[in-house]
Amino acid sequence: MAPLLEIKDLCLDYGAVRALNSVSLKVEENEIVTVLGANGAGKTSLLKAISGLIRPSKGSIQFRGEDLSRIQAFSLAGRGIAHVPEGRRVFSTLSVQENLTLGRYGVRALRKKADLDNLEERVYALFPILKERRSQLAGTLSGGEQQMLAIGRALVSSPSLLLLDEPSLGLAPIIVQEIFSLIKKIHKEEKIAILLVEQNARKALKAASRAYILELGKIVVSGDSADLAQDPRVQAAYLGAKAC
Amino acid sequence: MSRPVFFDKGKKVSTFFEQLVNGLTVGSFYALVALGYSMVYGVMKLINFAHGDLFALGAYLGYSLLTGATGKITASMGLWGGIGFTALLVALSVALAGVLVERIAYRPVYPSGRLSLVVSALGMAIFIQNAIMAIWGSRPRAFPASVVPSLRFSLFGIPVTLLQVTILGISFALMLIIWLIVEKSNFGAAVRASALDRETATLLGIDVRKVIFFVFALGPGLGGVAGLMNGLYYRAISFNMGWNYGLKAFTATILGGIGNIPGAMLGGLILGVVESLLAGYVSGAWKDVFVFILLIAVLIFRPTGLLGEKTAEKV
Repeated sequence: MAPLLEIKDLCLDYGAVRALNSVSLKVEENEIVTVLGANGAGKTSLLKAISGLIRPSKGSIQFRGEDLSRIQAFSLAGRGIAHVPEGRRVFSTLSVQENLTLGRYGVRALRKKADLDNLEERVYALFPILKERRSQLAGTLSGGEQQMLAIGRALVSSPSLLLLDEPSLGLAPIIVQEIFSLIKKIHKEEKIAILLVEQNARKALKAASRAYILELGKIVVSGDSADLAQDPRVQAAYLGAKAC
Repeated sequence: MSRPVFFDKGKKVSTFFEQLVNGLTVGSFYALVALGYSMVYGVMKLINFAHGDLFALGAYLGYSLLTGATGKITASMGLWGGIGFTALLVALSVALAGVLVERIAYRPVYPSGRLSLVVSALGMAIFIQNAIMAIWGSRPRAFPASVVPSLRFSLFGIPVTLLQVTILGISFALMLIIWLIVEKSNFGAAVRASALDRETATLLGIDVRKVIFFVFALGPGLGGVAGLMNGLYYRAISFNMGWNYGLKAFTATILGGIGNIPGAMLGGLILGVVESLLAGYVSGAWKDVFVFILLIAVLIFRPTGLLGEKTAEKV
């Protein structure tokens, strides 16, 4: 069976600057895959290319065997791809509930309302704090709560692939811990594939089954997370171990 | 024609209510035009300077529909049928003009940044104004007298004309519909989301191009109807009327809080009433001065407007 998401030889340019250079990766159904890399390695560009916000200059992106390069970005939500952007990007002047309701906009005509209501209840069960604050403006939430809202807003569209762009960015260590255990919980309970882009390599490698390492737009290492966590090069560059 | 009835109750009181009703009528024009500014600004972060001239275009199209050969057709539909038909046709044509303005003047320059957009908007304003002058001539035109019979009667003791009641009825109905669409419907939520963050809205499955189409059709459509009603009310229309009205409605938009739908309505109505009361009690010649002093005061003391954006930014 073809993988859920398959990217082949993807190149992406911003004018004269090449952001992604011949990137290939795949995500199977119900799998957590992480892409690690420093600032400016091209992680966000990769996710934006998958959701059609930026058009690649070369290569192909296939989702369930369908080529995404000709598909409008707004219609990907209906196909089962949900993207939680970097920096959370909740609608700060709308309430928590309004944010969640907007999350199902792309699938409101495709799925049964009862199923979506059901899903929304599960999301509230996953993030009880959001239920408590459902009528509060999203901008008044703490950073961690906003991240939960951003993830919840993506989940209510019942995606089969969740793209997470640095969910730990700018959060206190204890909140980062909480977010990562929620990601594992979502994966277990909702059975969705997750493509997780992170700088926090240690946590991401623990959560994911496979990993890719992106350096200056190129994939330099890939493999099982457990193996990568033992790889001396990875340890030196991303896990803070001393190089010899 | 019936005689004014309630003028014997003491001049001051009746002047006040007369000016109030007059102010609400003019204010409802401002409010409808302000809605267009506000919706377009919300989604595009652009002041559509051509909007006032689309208002003028509505007035001229209404004029053409109500006079000459077409005037006979609209007259044959009866009073309400004729006005409804004219308003509908004006709304649709000006909505189409609004969508074309976006396609021709804004979409191609959108990637080059906001300054280019503003220059393009000013160019479009001049273009529409001159197109109106080329088609209908530079001399003012007059709407036919009493399309709506000039009936005066009293409503809760306030002297009003049938025309004022008609205009206020149409305006408030339109405002209510817009408010319901924007604040209560699914699509309205998509419009508000696109105004806040286009990219994230796209990720949630919102087709932002549809939202842009919607605001550029609806805003000018409303502005066109306001132009038509303005022509019915004052009868005289001129090719450059869009500039002054546009500026007033823009002031109303700022007053209420730009990007805010209820704010635009409130700002328009307040501006109309303040202006009328000033004209009635101080001096008609000075009313514009006061209006723009009000604008400056709002910009200094409450730059986000009366109902401006609820700010809940957290860094």
